[in-house]
Amino acid sequence: MLTSLLHTHVRRRLPSLALILPLQLIQTTAALSLPTLNADLLDRGVVPGDIGHVLRTGAWMAAATVLQLAASVGAAWLGARAALDIGRELRAAVFGRALAGAAHEVGRIGVSSLVMRTTSDVQQVQMFCLTMCTVMVTAPLMCFGGIVMALRQDVALSGVVAVVAPLLALAVGWAVRRTRPLFRDLQHRLDVTHRLLREQLTGVRVVRAFVREDHERARFDRANTGLLNAALRTGRLMAVLLPVVLLVVNASTVVVVWAGGHRIADGTLRVGALTAFLTYLAQILTSVMAAGSLFVLLPRAEVSAERIREVLDLTPGPSSTAAPGGRPARTAPRGPVPRAASDRIAPSGARDDPPTGRTTPALELSGVEFRYPGAEEPVLRDVTLTLRPGEVVAVTGSAGAGKSTLLDLMVRSFDPTSGAVRLGGTDVRALGRAELAGAIGYAPQRPHLFSGTVASNLRYAKPDAGDEELWRALRTACADTFVTGHRGGLDAPVLQGGGNLSGGQRQRLVVARALVHRPAVCLLDDPFSALDQATEARLRTALAGEAMTTVVVTQRVSALCAADRVAVLDGGRLIGVGPHADLLDSCPTYREIVLASTSGEAV
Amino acid sequence: MAADGDGSRSGAAGRPSPTFRRTAVRLLGLLAPWRRPVLLVLALGAASAGLTALGPRLLGHATDLVVDGSSGSQADAGVPFGIVGQILGWALLVHAGAAVCALLQARVGLWIIGHLVHDLRARVERKTANLPLSHLDGRPRGETLSRTTHDVDNIAQSLQQTLGQFVGSTLTAVGVVVAMAWTSPLLTLVAFVTVPLSGTVVARLARRAQRHFKAQRAAMGALTAYAEETYSGHALVTVFDRREQAERRFARHNADFHRAGLKAQYVSGLIPVAMAAVGSLTFVAVAVVGGLRVAAGALTIGTVQACVQYARLLGQPLGQSAGTANLVQSAVASAERVFELLDAEEELPDPRRPARPRQPVRGHVTFDRVSFSYDPTRPLIQDLSFTAEPGTTTALVGPTGSGKSTLVDLLLRFHEVHGGRILLDGTDISRMPRGELRGHICTVPQDTWLFTGTVAENIAYGSPREVTPGQVVAAARAACLDRLVRTLPHGYDTLISEHATQLSAGEKQLITIARAFLADAPVLVLDEATSALDARTEALVQEAMRELRAGRTGLVVAHRLATVRDADTVLVMTDGRIVERGRHAELLAAGGAYAGLYEAGFSSSGHSAPERA
Repeated sequence: MLTSLLHTHVRRRLPSLALILPLQLIQTTAALSLPTLNADLLDRGVVPGDIGHVLRTGAWMAAATVLQLAASVGAAWLGARAALDIGRELRAAVFGRALAGAAHEVGRIGVSSLVMRTTSDVQQVQMFCLTMCTVMVTAPLMCFGGIVMALRQDVALSGVVAVVAPLLALAVGWAVRRTRPLFRDLQHRLDVTHRLLREQLTGVRVVRAFVREDHERARFDRANTGLLNAALRTGRLMAVLLPVVLLVVNASTVVVVWAGGHRIADGTLRVGALTAFLTYLAQILTSVMAAGSLFVLLPRAEVSAERIREVLDLTPGPSSTAAPGGRPARTAPRGPVPRAASDRIAPSGARDDPPTGRTTPALELSGVEFRYPGAEEPVLRDVTLTLRPGEVVAVTGSAGAGKSTLLDLMVRSFDPTSGAVRLGGTDVRALGRAELAGAIGYAPQRPHLFSGTVASNLRYAKPDAGDEELWRALRTACADTFVTGHRGGLDAPVLQGGGNLSGGQRQRLVVARALVHRPAVCLLDDPFSALDQATEARLRTALAGEAMTTVVVTQRVSALCAADRVAVLDGGRLIGVGPHADLLDSCPTYREIVLASTSGEAV
Repeated sequence: MAADGDGSRSGAAGRPSPTFRRTAVRLLGLLAPWRRPVLLVLALGAASAGLTALGPRLLGHATDLVVDGSSGSQADAGVPFGIVGQILGWALLVHAGAAVCALLQARVGLWIIGHLVHDLRARVERKTANLPLSHLDGRPRGETLSRTTHDVDNIAQSLQQTLGQFVGSTLTAVGVVVAMAWTSPLLTLVAFVTVPLSGTVVARLARRAQRHFKAQRAAMGALTAYAEETYSGHALVTVFDRREQAERRFARHNADFHRAGLKAQYVSGLIPVAMAAVGSLTFVAVAVVGGLRVAAGALTIGTVQACVQYARLLGQPLGQSAGTANLVQSAVASAERVFELLDAEEELPDPRRPARPRQPVRGHVTFDRVSFSYDPTRPLIQDLSFTAEPGTTTALVGPTGSGKSTLVDLLLRFHEVHGGRILLDGTDISRMPRGELRGHICTVPQDTWLFTGTVAENIAYGSPREVTPGQVVAAARAACLDRLVRTLPHGYDTLISEHATQLSAGEKQLITIARAFLADAPVLVLDEATSALDARTEALVQEAMRELRAGRTGLVVAHRLATVRDADTVLVMTDGRIVERGRHAELLAAGGAYAGLYEAGFSSSGHSAPERA
């Protein structure tokens, strides 16, 4: 998983990564030369008493140290850059894919998890890459270099290395294999424990009201104990590894001194060579251990890689797919979508085809069904609805009837599983995202605002809108008074999620945003829920004054009365369409809805 | 050694403040219950370090014997391999002993830290469960959450590394220095010349890295915030076709983070490089000076060999301690936040000798001259009295901030009254155990909280007992939820997460209502639960609720006309007082505050409240 994730990123920067290798090679060679120089210093300087040689060799050793430092600094820079570049690319990829992902899949992963994947999971992988660039390059160099140098000092003694090095590699390999699943388990348990704590906090009122503290505590304790045991299991293994490695290393030095001592007595080995040999041995073994430490990082990085991959593999939402069947963009409504009042009534076709333009429906759903993948029942089935240009259609129905989903299909958050949605006679699937966005104004049920200013939020719909256009939209949405009243007017700050505004203010800003680019079709999901009746009435009148086709999801009887037509959804089916008065007679469910809202008041 | 550790710490943080010290001491205090195992760890560590430090000396001695026997002063006597073998045998034993001690040390250390963190987590969990709601509501949940998770983790990791590595390496360093000084004071001095050098270099690098890490954290904060709000507005980004713009803005944050991160990683990555270089320099210095002294006949070759090995051994802990300084700092910062949480004032404990209403509880609720406020300077509820007879429904209406929800919170004892008392069947609820009191009340709270689990599990949460799938479906059906659940990908087994974006607000609300159906209790508390529902669903729910209310005392924070109309008593609240009471029709006819609210439409008063909270 990790390798497949990193594959392309590593490939892209092979040249700069390849540069790390010679630098580390220089660094390693310099480091490895020290013991040999030291041996020389002892054997040819100290033993014969040649002080000049001692100082000369000492100077060489100092030079080697400086060289080692310089090469290391260069390698550290290149390594850090490669790892951070990869991190940046991954982060951008995750962000892009998450935005392009289908709405329900993005919802399944959840915002907080997506954020975690964009930030800390990428961070884990980046950390891994960084260690890889430093440790993973140096460790083998050090190891093999050390072996070569050891062989150069004394072949016979190297027999010890030949035995010990594979032994150590085996020990480390075994430990890594054993710990990998354990680390994974540990990570998972940690996540669960965190989740339980989070839920206890967010759900504190429910937990306390239903007296489920003991249940929560038991759940937490189970997770916590599980976490402890997993940590101990993992730790126990790691605790064995280090002393065993140390013992092997130290025991081998003893063996080397014993065997070396005999060879020195024979006169076949010099003392300096023995000292050098001991140092190389230590270097080889340290490098093996360093490589082992990388494998400790591996399981976490792998889990993170999997979580990143899951985002990268998200099914893209309909927005990001190209027009199906290679239909030329010409079939789309001629962009830019007409904004002049006379043209705005029909989103398209009007100018191309004046005789039939009048009859071209602004928006048309024919035989639309939508079903979540794997769902037992569809959310919407066989919905056919035609909206005339300039018409105001109210959509109503009980919770889960499919009202919001209906709008989702119109804005192409989803594509219908069968049937088609047409905007100005063109299947929305054939429209470019930009064209669709230009033709449609949308105010979702949850009034989401971005941090910034009032103006920056409104310009979300049309980045180049002038202040006057913004004020016009605000006036239509009955939001101008409170924006004027706020200090800063259009430049008044908006906190994340609109936290500094009341529900009603947020709702009206969201409606204003939907109007800034003067769309031909405006879709408003429950825009009145936080408004009092007087404001609602004003907003309705203002909206009706706009020359556009409006679909408004609402439960307010006043709004239902005022609409040109009402569409009634029940259990995903369209069970009635018509003016309020007609439906009261013809649609019992509608009557029930209205009666429930007014409870016997004069309708 | 010690000077180095101190130098880099104070270098990175300025002078440690008294709070820093106090928190650090308290953090160490967490180890108190494991005093003996900790002493054992230290003893084992010291033994392991001491034995490790003996190794090179023994080897050096053996080398000297070999050198002397083959070419030096004792050349004619030959190499005394018997003695050499003996010494090497000892060396093997010493190393084996060191390994065993190190192993035991690591295991005991792990055991201690594991249990310490386990207990700390449990303490934090218990603490949050006992914190008054006013504490939790008074600050962002994310803030408390990060104390209970990230900070505890950070402490765990830092302790693990400091106790494991730092203690081990410090002891090793001490052992090495002692053994080295014993072997050759001169070469020890030479080795120590480089210590201040490495100290300064590391301190400077650490300080610079710290600065960059700070910038990196800030950049990460900005990036996280942007990602979060963009993901939350996923649908808008798509519909308004602003993906490119969003990606561009994200790229800017990403670049900022990259820039700061690169510097931070690079500079901190230089620390081990610098340490290695200093290590090499030490090696060179010891080798050259040692070589000169041997040439002058003042030292033996074995001594130099031992000291060269010691110099290597010394380099490692030096590097580690450099890293530990940062670790300790962040652990103490986290500990401060965790301790702050642990020190917060808890709810009053349940009374030692609790009072209990006679069983079965009928659900007679009396508020007797109750007053309460969050802020002492601004009284919220003042001298408020009313009685709810068993089986009747009382609707609370009034503008936002009039104290309706607070009244319900007081009945559930989420907050304690400041004056007066609340009686359930004549028993003062403050003298009842909270759990028992709440067991007599079924609740549909304002926030629709769902936990990670299936839809069925979320519904079953309402019941204190095990429930059958049939009961769950029955409750769902009663709450008009059954059909909706069946449209979900896996029906009742659909896994929902905390955020549960696949469920609409109405659906979530219905699940919480279904929950209340399962909690069978004589008192029903309904806090504007119906506000998120559309009229028709609400009509169905109203009917189910009517059934649920039958024989129960209902206390309803109402925003819907239908609810109010059904109520036996309507209490109109303004500024924490009951200004009017009576039935819907009477109040309407009276033409007072209620009539005004009615004109304005009830719903307008309630909707923005939960969103703003």
